[in-house]
Amino acid sequence: MNLSAPTVKQIDEVITHYPQKRSAALPLLHLVQEDQGYISQEAIEWIATKLELQPINVFELVTFYPMFRQKPIGKRHIKVCRTLSCALMGGYKTCAEFETQFKTKRGEISEGGEVTIEFVECLASCGTAPVVLIDDTLHENVDCAKARALSDRIKAELKSNS
Amino acid sequence: MPEQRRIIFKHIDSPGYTNDLACYQKNGGYETLKSAVLRKPEELIEEVKKSGLRGRGGAGFSCGLKWSLVDRKSGKPIYLIVNADESEPGTFKDRYILHQDPHQLIEGMMITCFANNVRQAYIYIRGEFPEGARILEKALAEARQANFVGANIVGSQYSCDIFIHRGAGAYICGEETGLIESIEGKRPYPRIKPPYFPAVLGLYQCPTIVNNVETLCHVKHIVSMGGEAYSKIGTPGNTGTRILCVSGHVKRPGYYEFEVGKITLGELLNDICGGPLPGRTFKAVIPGGSSAKVLRFGERFKGKRKVGTEMHDYDWSLEDLPMDFDSLAMVGSMAGSGGVIVMDDSVSMVEALANINAFYSHESCGQCTPCREGSLWMKRITNRMVHGDARPEDGTLLKNVADQIAGRTICAFGEACSWPTQSFVSKFGEEFKTYADRSQATVSAQEIIPLV
Amino acid sequence: MIATSTVDLITVNIDGKDVAVPKGTNVIEAAAKAGVDVPHYCYHPKLTVVGNCRMCLVEMGMPAVDPATKAAVMDPATGKQKINWMPRPVIGCATNASPGLHIRTTTQLVKDCREGVMEFLLVNHPLDCPICDQAGECKLQEQATGYGRGYSRYIEDKNVKPKRTVLGPRVTLDDERCILCSRCIRFSKEVAKDDVLGFIDRGSTSTLTCFPGKKLENNYSLNTVDICPVGALTSTDFRFKMRVWFLKQTNSIDMESSVGANTVVWSREGQIYRITPRQNDEVNDTWMPDSGRILYKQVKANNRLTAASVSHASTSLVDAVNKASALLTEAKGALRIVASGKNTVEEQFLIKHVAQQLLAPVSLVSHVGEGDKILVSKDHTPNVRGALVTGLISELPKPKLTELSSDIDSGKVKLVLSFGEDLAQAGITAAQLAKITVIYCGTHTNTTSEAASVVIPTLTVFEKSGSFINQQFRLQKFSAAVPGPTGVSDDLITLTHLLSSLQGTPHATTQAAGILSQTWKALAASIPSFAPLSFSGIPATGLLIDSTAFAKLPFVETETLHFKPVA
Repeated sequence: MNLSAPTVKQIDEVITHYPQKRSAALPLLHLVQEDQGYISQEAIEWIATKLELQPINVFELVTFYPMFRQKPIGKRHIKVCRTLSCALMGGYKTCAEFETQFKTKRGEISEGGEVTIEFVECLASCGTAPVVLIDDTLHENVDCAKARALSDRIKAELKSNS
Repeated sequence: MPEQRRIIFKHIDSPGYTNDLACYQKNGGYETLKSAVLRKPEELIEEVKKSGLRGRGGAGFSCGLKWSLVDRKSGKPIYLIVNADESEPGTFKDRYILHQDPHQLIEGMMITCFANNVRQAYIYIRGEFPEGARILEKALAEARQANFVGANIVGSQYSCDIFIHRGAGAYICGEETGLIESIEGKRPYPRIKPPYFPAVLGLYQCPTIVNNVETLCHVKHIVSMGGEAYSKIGTPGNTGTRILCVSGHVKRPGYYEFEVGKITLGELLNDICGGPLPGRTFKAVIPGGSSAKVLRFGERFKGKRKVGTEMHDYDWSLEDLPMDFDSLAMVGSMAGSGGVIVMDDSVSMVEALANINAFYSHESCGQCTPCREGSLWMKRITNRMVHGDARPEDGTLLKNVADQIAGRTICAFGEACSWPTQSFVSKFGEEFKTYADRSQATVSAQEIIPLV
Repeated sequence: MIATSTVDLITVNIDGKDVAVPKGTNVIEAAAKAGVDVPHYCYHPKLTVVGNCRMCLVEMGMPAVDPATKAAVMDPATGKQKINWMPRPVIGCATNASPGLHIRTTTQLVKDCREGVMEFLLVNHPLDCPICDQAGECKLQEQATGYGRGYSRYIEDKNVKPKRTVLGPRVTLDDERCILCSRCIRFSKEVAKDDVLGFIDRGSTSTLTCFPGKKLENNYSLNTVDICPVGALTSTDFRFKMRVWFLKQTNSIDMESSVGANTVVWSREGQIYRITPRQNDEVNDTWMPDSGRILYKQVKANNRLTAASVSHASTSLVDAVNKASALLTEAKGALRIVASGKNTVEEQFLIKHVAQQLLAPVSLVSHVGEGDKILVSKDHTPNVRGALVTGLISELPKPKLTELSSDIDSGKVKLVLSFGEDLAQAGITAAQLAKITVIYCGTHTNTTSEAASVVIPTLTVFEKSGSFINQQFRLQKFSAAVPGPTGVSDDLITLTHLLSSLQGTPHATTQAAGILSQTWKALAASIPSFAPLSFSGIPATGLLIDSTAFAKLPFVETETLHFKPVA
């Protein structure tokens, strides 16, 4: 498990927040996923050993919570809300627009490893529906036009980074 | 037109107001905490009881009563957990407190901890608020630095620390015992009550208080102005203010803070939110988050209700409905989390229900039989209907399935997933009957049919 | 013999009938005591309560009292105290007896609850009954018949999940049939102490599994198959072999260690198909080790001894016994008897008489190995204590027969009679065996039987009735499940024949059942702690006997379930 030194430091620190080690399972999964991009089998075993648990105890959590993934995704993660308020304001069209812009389907990694698009449940910003979470940033009132603009921006950013 | 009374949301979207400690203190922040630690904890609990504060997370349970049920004799440590897992569809208020005014929450928490002899508190923040978690961490660091959190706060003998715990995308973590299981590092399966009442056997089997973000902010203001004064805000039995979140088919969706019971549904939607979109008429409204039962425009409510000590007649149209806990419960819905979702005549109620059922089926933890299989069954029925294979009797079947879930499950998710189906079919039965015949069916203008 | 403890009893009312139960009893158990069946899946009396199947929903009520005066509120219609029935049903498994508790199970609400839960359980459950092993002992079948609506309104597609996952060497899992009751997970964690099972995914796609690479392979894995209420967890050994309604059930005892776990042997037409645990709350609860379950395979093993022989030539049993008797009489003064902790109490009693007749010293061989703190003790034989109680031996056996070995070398011993012990395992060399005459009575061939001049075949525990005394000094009996090989007589008959041959008295042929009660009459007459007993009088859950005479012996056993060695 080649986690970065800062990650390991954070892991050791967060375990001290709880009187029982098992409680640190969720924080550790977040830290490992942020470090590695996803949670591998090896990571599950590593976390289990670290917290004196059985691998199945950690595996149960990884598969229960939708935010944890066991496979890598594209460089940018586009999460479109699909629950009622966003759907009423056109969230499904927004998602379709992103799919068209990146020529990919939900759940896949687009060409060149650029993005992965997913539906998520209510992101608690219904007043500015449709909303989209791109990595850690929330974008509001994302109609098709704004989706196109955001897609262009993402493509530009990825190009300048490479 | 009723005026907002922004107590909790006083500084939200205020130009120039920033979420750091300096700004908070400049506006009088932490003064209440400083004076609270000089008082007796029992006194503070008394203030909260006097205030009549009811939980703002969705259940509307008396906060003072919840605190008084805590087992203080066991000798075990008492925990406070802040439920910042805001996931009820249609709700978007805690988000702004967490992102824009985190110190208000921290102050409310510390006052609550002091009053209840809590030494360790956790904030369970949903995983989809990564920026909010960062803001909270920064705010906590500031608060610790300034001695408002941690050891011997503000020169007193009292110590209490706060840690943040991030969720990872499960609605069921908003259920208090599911939340506790999640913090303990297990699958968030809600616990059976009895015997696992959090006030007695909560986090690590110790007495635990679980409160919503907004509720704890109210605690700060209650202690500041006094419970008696707070109880005069709002209406009897429904005191204080609450934040209403309006979304869907209105001109001005958004969050609005009003004294409880001093605004009606009609005033909210028409005056405050500007009425329906151009060329549209209101059709249905869910007044308290998607778990609340839907109300139909054109409905009337008649009966007798208690006002003070007397019984009064009421005869309301939907627009006359006061937006308080008791009135909404009385007409067969609930105030819930304050998430008001409005649907106009462009919406097919069958398709809207399909969207809601897909949500609940996805979020069911799977622990107990009725919810796990029932929510899935209801989703499959509405999915089949909206993808072209509806039968006239499907509405009745949906209702029968929902009736077999509510009241039979481990946690309130059973009611949450069955009330939408029960109320949609009950209030809009004719749409369900006619959906099979495409020439007659109401179909949404907007694509809301779930693809999963 | 054992004092009954005084327990706090509470009276609760189930469907109008009062029943007194110990404090803390849950409604399912209390109702059973009142003769009322409360259907359930996830509840198990030996595991923690989770309350997730919701099948045990019942109506609960408490007596009405005036909140101010606390006086009872009476119901004018019945003249009794009014009962406030709760509008919401409660689960019976998590509701404990409290004074005044009233339960109703026959109302429309309870009927609706049960029909609802049954219908939901069958929503995704595959219609596998024709090919599912659980048929005939399946709780879904039973409760659907008893409490279901009889039809389902579900017309959608069902969930598809893996159907034949090999969870471990002995357990195969069909995930579609699983009703997610979590009994297996709780058992593995709480009883077997091997937290290897869990649910992955969420909602109705939740699936039981092990972590990839890990297996359900502990020595208690098959108990999950027993407690699985449906045909999800199945025994790989038993899969597709036989329909359970054809099988005869016989009570038996697991003989792999001195725990003496109670078992049931399932057989049909003389063939054993499987062994499962039998409930005994004083010994093994509802569990048994996997290693005890495969012991039935020895019945039809390739190296089974089925014919008597003299000097390696097959002969009749009578001839073999007579030849043995002659050899024994001839070697009087220079012979030793090696008996076994695997012999039954009755056999040990008769062997003692044989030894007395021949004035021959008797030793046992100890088989001490690993104990697992659950249901396998360190003593890997079931009945060393039987040999002590019958007076066959007075000291605990050793693993090697060192004294016998030197006596053979020095020429003091010319003949050894072994009842089921392979002397080569006890330190006697092939050369030593060749030097002496050996008479072997046993079930399978081994080094000793190969070296024996007379071989007398005996029966396995599955083919005879008898008793063992376990580590708790509990006398437990077992019955014959299948007949022995043709021509092999019941061991007690063989022993009685040998004894009468040695004594020079005529041998009366008797049937197996007769010889058992006859032997017991003699047993009861000569051993004080057995005095009032007969074989049929031994209770199904066994009987503790007086062990004070042996209190000072250094028994090897350490703590296991329901057993703590005396300090």
